Amino acid sequence: MTPAKKYKAIVVGSSAGGLNALKTLIKNLGKNFSIPVIIVQHISADSENYLIHILNDLKCLKVKEADEKEQPQPGYAYVAPPNYHLLIESDQTFTFTVDERVNYARPSIDVLFETAAEAYRDQLIGIILTGANNDGSQGLKKVKELGGMAIVQDPETAEVDSMPRAAIQSCTVDHILSLEEIAAFLNTL
Amino acid sequence: MKKSQDDLLENQVIEIRLLIQAIYEKYGYDFRNYSQAHIKRRVINRLNLSGMANISDMIHEVLINHKFVDQLLMDLSINVTEMFRDPSFYKAVREQVVPVLKTYPFIKIWHAGCSSGEEVYSMAILLREEGLYNRTQIYATDFNPVIIKQAREGIYPINRMKEFTLNYQKAGGKSAFSDYYTANYESAKILDTFKKNIVFATHNLVTDSVFAEVHMVVCRNVLIYFDRNLQDKVVGLFSDSLTGGGVLCLGSKESMQFSGFNHNFESLVKNERIYIKKYHV
Repeated sequence: MTPAKKYKAIVVGSSAGGLNALKTLIKNLGKNFSIPVIIVQHISADSENYLIHILNDLKCLKVKEADEKEQPQPGYAYVAPPNYHLLIESDQTFTFTVDERVNYARPSIDVLFETAAEAYRDQLIGIILTGANNDGSQGLKKVKELGGMAIVQDPETAEVDSMPRAAIQSCTVDHILSLEEIAAFLNTL
Repeated sequence: MKKSQDDLLENQVIEIRLLIQAIYEKYGYDFRNYSQAHIKRRVINRLNLSGMANISDMIHEVLINHKFVDQLLMDLSINVTEMFRDPSFYKAVREQVVPVLKTYPFIKIWHAGCSSGEEVYSMAILLREEGLYNRTQIYATDFNPVIIKQAREGIYPINRMKEFTLNYQKAGGKSAFSDYYTANYESAKILDTFKKNIVFATHNLVTDSVFAEVHMVVCRNVLIYFDRNLQDKVVGLFSDSLTGGGVLCLGSKESMQFSGFNHNFESLVKNERIYIKKYHV
């Protein structure tokens, strides 16, 4: 198996400062970047999902809200809707739940990462970006345990460093990089 | 990846399937066509809280311990809700569904998967404000008898009233929300007048059939837990229950686009997933 074929999905978690970080990350991905990207950005329950418009305006990946039972496709980035947890089924389709907040968050990064880890195993990359809490660190640990790759934004470069720091402490991460470096690395896959 | 991790995950899939089968055979509650990722999350959560060693131990406990079954039913049925949840939905009902309902001399509504009742009382309040409540009968159902009992009581923590009031206002409420409940130290009780036209009953969407002909079905954030086959079956059940021109309200992330009964309906409010059943199907 060539490295280019190995990874089937990328999950990304971001919180405070996430909008700018996601813009930088997606802007720097290559025009023909083909691994589906699945994003949980902490967002208030009643917000219109403005993130999608902003990321779409970059004219890089096609960005849309995740739909129930949808299968992630190459060339797309999917954003979890406000007030729903986004889970990945074993058949690699999206499911939503409205159960309790996890780490005070719905959608929660841990919920996405943990279910994605089981669905994709060693074909998954988990990326934790800027944020002011520790959501995502349990999920990233699970990604590693099941053979996936763990990448964390260099806390020195993060708008808010506590979420990346918590992620780095939770497991042995593969790469700690700036946003531009993360994009450059992903472009080599 | 380590072989042991693969093994563990494979075993969990088998154990959860057996647990779900045990609940079905012993108690008749059928979770076999629920989203597996959801079921797994809830089961593992309960496993961690229970202190049991593995899911196989839970199977035995389910068979012998009724309290544990009740607990597990609470886990598997999501009961996170609020009054006037998704205010834009209620606003759309007020502006675009009420005019339809006003054409009926008597209105029957089925609220399926009503959980602890917050959204049913929200609808009752809205219909009262629109002058329709006195000629409305609401059937509010859920498969879980424990949660139906709570719904019937209509008592909610006082500390949630601020959030509910805000929702009510965003939903286009015409009065003061505090007019609709009596406050105690810890709790708020919905006024009895809103209960007189609501019948709360247990009904299982998975295993039970149509029980009434209604003008409106409200079933929000229930289908998201079902696989496609079960979603399809339940939308069929709603279609059979509705009169021609009747209204179907789903959750804001639920869609009928994959359903075989799609052609029975047309969209009334697209963003809010409100549909009208066609007269000739």
